[in-house]
Amino acid sequence: MALLETRSLGHEYGGQTVLKNINLEISRGEVFALIGPTGAGKTTLLRLLDLLEMPSTGGIYFDGRDVTSSEQSRLEIRRRMSFVQQKPIVFSMSVYDNVACGLRWRQRKGSNTRKKVMAVLELVDLAEHGDRNAKTLSGGETQRVAIARALVTEPEVLFLDEPTANLDPASISKVEELLAQIIQEQRTAIVIATHDLSQGQRLAHRVGVLIGGEILQVGSPAEIFRSPRTKAVAEFVGVENILNGIIRSKENNLATIEVDGQFIEAVSHFAVAEKVSVLIRPEDITFTLAKETTSARNVFVAEITRVTPLGQLARIEADCGFILLGVVTRRSVDELQLSPGKKCYTSFKATAVHVIKRWS
Amino acid sequence: MTELWQGLVKAVELIVSRDPEVMEITVRSLAISATSCTITALVCLPLGSLIHFSRFAGKRALVNLIQTFYSVPTVAIGLFIFVLLSRAGPLGELGLLFTPIAMVLGQVLLVMPIMLGLTISALSSIDKAVFETAISLGASGTQASILTLREARFAVLTAVIMAFGRAISEVGLSLMVGGNIKGFTRTLTTAISLETSKGDIELSIALGIILISLALIINVVLSRLQQR
Repeated sequence: MALLETRSLGHEYGGQTVLKNINLEISRGEVFALIGPTGAGKTTLLRLLDLLEMPSTGGIYFDGRDVTSSEQSRLEIRRRMSFVQQKPIVFSMSVYDNVACGLRWRQRKGSNTRKKVMAVLELVDLAEHGDRNAKTLSGGETQRVAIARALVTEPEVLFLDEPTANLDPASISKVEELLAQIIQEQRTAIVIATHDLSQGQRLAHRVGVLIGGEILQVGSPAEIFRSPRTKAVAEFVGVENILNGIIRSKENNLATIEVDGQFIEAVSHFAVAEKVSVLIRPEDITFTLAKETTSARNVFVAEITRVTPLGQLARIEADCGFILLGVVTRRSVDELQLSPGKKCYTSFKATAVHVIKRWS
Repeated sequence: MTELWQGLVKAVELIVSRDPEVMEITVRSLAISATSCTITALVCLPLGSLIHFSRFAGKRALVNLIQTFYSVPTVAIGLFIFVLLSRAGPLGELGLLFTPIAMVLGQVLLVMPIMLGLTISALSSIDKAVFETAISLGASGTQASILTLREARFAVLTAVIMAFGRAISEVGLSLMVGGNIKGFTRTLTTAISLETSKGDIELSIALGIILISLALIINVVLSRLQQR
């Protein structure tokens, strides 16, 4: 049985639908990442799951129990969960008292409180700051206090809303290390909302893509990133090459797809004559000056139309009869002298192509 | 001018020598105002929290009404209490008119709108996320309200001190329901009023200096607390 479950969950603000038909199951000890663009409804969903708001429709079940009953039972269940908000608020008191307040509210008094608080402060590397006023901490330290405060009550479910948003890179890596440690050492189910795809990929067992208030796909990080089911998911997970085509022939699972007069070979279960969309990740495209013998089944003569530097990388736009976007290192750009007008070959494997049904 | 100077000198003498009458009046004033403010705080802090955290129709109008009563004339409250406690009044049998209890009752009614209104304002100035964070960490509604009140403690303290200032400095109410009885209900303000009308300027000035000094001490303590 799932620890936390939603059934046809929906929510409205002022007559405007912000969440619709959310069906999720979170198991004990599972790390579930909720990814989606800003404004997709991630925070609202976490607020509903943490019982801070009542859903407009549908139900939430914790350990098989309907949570939408009395206020007292909501409080009891809420005390088995914890929530770290995107912009955590620390109370105007010492770091120690900030962390201890959850235990005090649960009336878990005695020497155990001190032991637990100190242990969790050690975990977040703030044991030396116990007496400091929490209001004087930096952004990264504040975030760690918020995490400590949520962990000290030993929740069965921990909700994290964009836990590294607004932090500098050093603080981000420290908080992520801490989260990874928590995931490894504790059996707490974690639901983490993030717009950072790679963070979801790094930390989660399963990922749910929330776009426009709907969960469009749930799966392992690999499934979501390699095999997005819809255009919206594909665009969100960074698939920049989304090409419309028609399956012209098929041999076993290997399909030949016509795209703007060119033919792409891909592994697909769709039938001949079906209208499909072809998804290719930019990092799966290789640029060479000569036609090389490789295992890649798709090789096209191309002309570079644009080179955009991206730090140590560069984004290459090439015209192969259709526009293809690739990402290469700056070193490759220099070595191959890739610049607008340059003729080259682009290649990618049939297995690097993901084919989905065309939506329009 | 000479009379004023002599008055100042005499006043300092009365204070330095701890004149028994001056001390007695001062202690009584402090006791009555402190009692009324304590009672008011015990009522207004929870009531203010309840109003702030509750959602109900007419909440805005209620807050406006409370704020309107900030400047209610002391004599109006005095008249109300007088009618209430006079022999023919509904509570006349209690025999509380012209007693310190009547003065405390009057001051409670006088400062209640100030403390209630400023408590609501103090809580409104605290980020709503504080209450919600407490709830998300497992606090009950009452526990989260107490935490929010604690977060607003300096602004709430200002409300208490403002109320104390209003209570200790009012004169009309104390005269009407206390009667300015020597050794029983005479306070700093009623004594100043009486002694000035009798022409005893020295005693009036001495009492006035004490009253102003109290206000000064309270303000210094308040600003120190707010700077922490």
